[in-house]
Amino acid sequence: MSQPATLSMTQPVHLCAKALDKAYRKGEHQVYVLRGVDAKLERGEFLSIVGQSGSGKSTLMHLLGLLDEPDVGEVWLDGNRIDNLPATTRDELRNHVFGFVFQFYHLLPELTLLENVLCPLMIRYSAWEYWKRRVEFRDKAKAIAKQVGLDHRLSHRPSELSGGEMQRAAIARALIGEPSVLLADEPTGNLDSQTGGEIMNLLHQLNEEKKLTIVMVTHDEKIAQQAQRIVRLSEGRIQSLNEAA
Amino acid sequence: MYKFLLANRYLRTRYIALASIVSVTLGVATMIVVNSVMSGFSSQMKDRIHAILSDVMIETTSTDGTDDPRKLMAEVDRLVGGYVEAMTPTVEIYGMVSFDWAGQTVYRPVTIVGIDPQGKNQVSPFAPYMLSRQEILEDGEVVRAPLRSLSEPLDWELTQEAQDSRKEWIEWEQFKEQFDHQYGDNSEPSLLPPTDSGIQQAVALQPISGVEVADPFLQTSGTESSDGFSVDTAPPAIGEYVDPFENQTKDENYDSTAPLFGRVYIGAGLVSFPYKDKATGKTHIMYMVKPGQDVNLTTIKTGKPEPANFKATVTDVFKSGMSEYDANLVYCNLEQLQLARGMLFSENPTDPTKGLDWRNGAVTSLQIKLKNYNDAGAVVRKLRSGLDPEKGTFQVRTWEEKQGPLLEAVAMESAILNVLLFLIITVAGFGILAIFYMIVVEKTRDIGILKALGASSRGVMVIFLSYGLSLGIVGSGVGVIMGLLFVRYINEIEKVLSMMTGRKVFDEAIYYFREIPTVVDPFTVAWVAIGAMIIAVLASVLPARRAAKLHPVQALRYE
Repeated sequence: MSQPATLSMTQPVHLCAKALDKAYRKGEHQVYVLRGVDAKLERGEFLSIVGQSGSGKSTLMHLLGLLDEPDVGEVWLDGNRIDNLPATTRDELRNHVFGFVFQFYHLLPELTLLENVLCPLMIRYSAWEYWKRRVEFRDKAKAIAKQVGLDHRLSHRPSELSGGEMQRAAIARALIGEPSVLLADEPTGNLDSQTGGEIMNLLHQLNEEKKLTIVMVTHDEKIAQQAQRIVRLSEGRIQSLNEAA
Repeated sequence: MYKFLLANRYLRTRYIALASIVSVTLGVATMIVVNSVMSGFSSQMKDRIHAILSDVMIETTSTDGTDDPRKLMAEVDRLVGGYVEAMTPTVEIYGMVSFDWAGQTVYRPVTIVGIDPQGKNQVSPFAPYMLSRQEILEDGEVVRAPLRSLSEPLDWELTQEAQDSRKEWIEWEQFKEQFDHQYGDNSEPSLLPPTDSGIQQAVALQPISGVEVADPFLQTSGTESSDGFSVDTAPPAIGEYVDPFENQTKDENYDSTAPLFGRVYIGAGLVSFPYKDKATGKTHIMYMVKPGQDVNLTTIKTGKPEPANFKATVTDVFKSGMSEYDANLVYCNLEQLQLARGMLFSENPTDPTKGLDWRNGAVTSLQIKLKNYNDAGAVVRKLRSGLDPEKGTFQVRTWEEKQGPLLEAVAMESAILNVLLFLIITVAGFGILAIFYMIVVEKTRDIGILKALGASSRGVMVIFLSYGLSLGIVGSGVGVIMGLLFVRYINEIEKVLSMMTGRKVFDEAIYYFREIPTVVDPFTVAWVAIGAMIIAVLASVLPARRAAKLHPVQALRYE
């Protein structure tokens, strides 16, 4: 499975969530995190999901990115339902379609920055295939690192980098697989405002220059305002859909 | 690709996991050392047993043997001639050996084996075990070089040294005889009054202690003289005197120091014991009988339970290293044993030892060397069915069947040791399992990341399985190297250990080997190494499954 087929002629919504329910068990109680959430995302859109802690915004992002399965509801990608696909197909979709950026960067501490960036490609291709094309991939990784402003630290370990650099590396890692949707979970949450601003600029730049579809989860109203569209979540329900200012 | 990259990185950054495979390494090294030494010992032992026995043995059930060795050999030739490289007849019989040492007579129960040395050496090359063909070492120093080369044909000739020692011994025996005769203690009836006359006699005896003086009275009987106790006949003291019996006695006027017709190779364990010199603290081997001396052998005659006695000259001492044989076997010339036991009758009554041929007498067994030992089973089967199967006259066995219990005991011992040592490696496997579990817990977040990036559960599992495998490869690889180095330098290590502890760890006097024998079987080494790797992989299966089952969201939330 290389790229999910886009059959529909009418260009349906790129990614959409239909009536998603998700609950977690905590002992005897079921804790509802999402209750019938619908969301639509057009190609090239920059959407931010805002809400208090525990409002279910991260869960919504995980469901959209196939990291988790909804209890009820469906996730559609380009007119195809994707949440009920077999596990291996969902793994491949995650690898091909989605790029993840996390609040705590989540780089692999044993690998150098370049290797971290190359990770999605290593996962995508077999060892043999990767070996054959390693030069091409390395060049590509270097180009992306340069794009995020990290070309001078390629052989450093994550522990030797600053927070902003780590987040840039995480973004580079999310981009190398050429995803159609970038899912960012509090990308600035762990950074000071200046560094956070730089990261936001980078995301805007990607959205504008590369027409990258971005879903950003944040609790920070100011950051959220920078997106084109805002989805407000509260206690697992959508409060309002706002056009960003 | 990420799987191997990560497994490789984990291997190089997680030293605690390397610590957990030290036990695998040690287990593998120990198994290799133990197996090599044990198979070294057992192959040495097999060599020695094989050199004493032969590939296939046909033995008569009765100790009287079969009367017609010619017919038996022809029969064997007809049945399995194509397989046979050489065969030799022997007579095996229980008996007793006795000799004088330090004023007392020493008796030892033995098995007397009558052999034709050349034939026997062809069937099973035991010439290297003769002391005259070995270096004699004491404390690692050569105290005597081999007296003859190994390639010399094995026969009953005495070495020059043995002849010299025989001469000396006979002179001493003669002196003792004379001395006892003259000064026999009171318990023995003495012809002379044991008073002052003894002193006179002592003066008179002086020349007798040499061999010059003829004593015609001691030569009255030809057979008596052959026991070596007679005094050499010197040239007639009176020039004009012509002995009327000169022609008749000519035969008897042989060199009294010449060895007897009966010759034996005697087991070292029968005639020697280790002796610790209190002054130097060194252990010497004390030989009670040296080549050249005579020993008495007693066995039974055929047909009726009557003793048969004969004297024989020790030609050589053999030391195979198997105490079971060295303390039990006396090899005698076949004709002498046949003659003594009444299995062979001489045609020449005046000189019974002349022109004897064992083929005319009876033998109790036939030892066969095969061209290819792998045919032994077929040969034994053919011989069993071909040689008087109903009467049960013969028993046909291979040397392994004859020594079956011993060889089986050794094989059993080594099998049990292997099982125990492998259990140790298995225990090490549980150590790996525990540490792997910890590593999986520690890596929970990373596993979540990998899954978010699209790694499948199988891929995550493969990371930890290949991590386990690479730990196993490193562990058993280092173990194999350590084990092989240990085996290679085992004697040097033994020396260092002996020096440090002040005790001899490997006493050659006990084990008969100068050095610790080792045989490295590549198959065993490979088997041990692969086994250790499999255990390491198996130990990583559970943690790897746990890692694979981790839910990505929960794994990512894990702090």
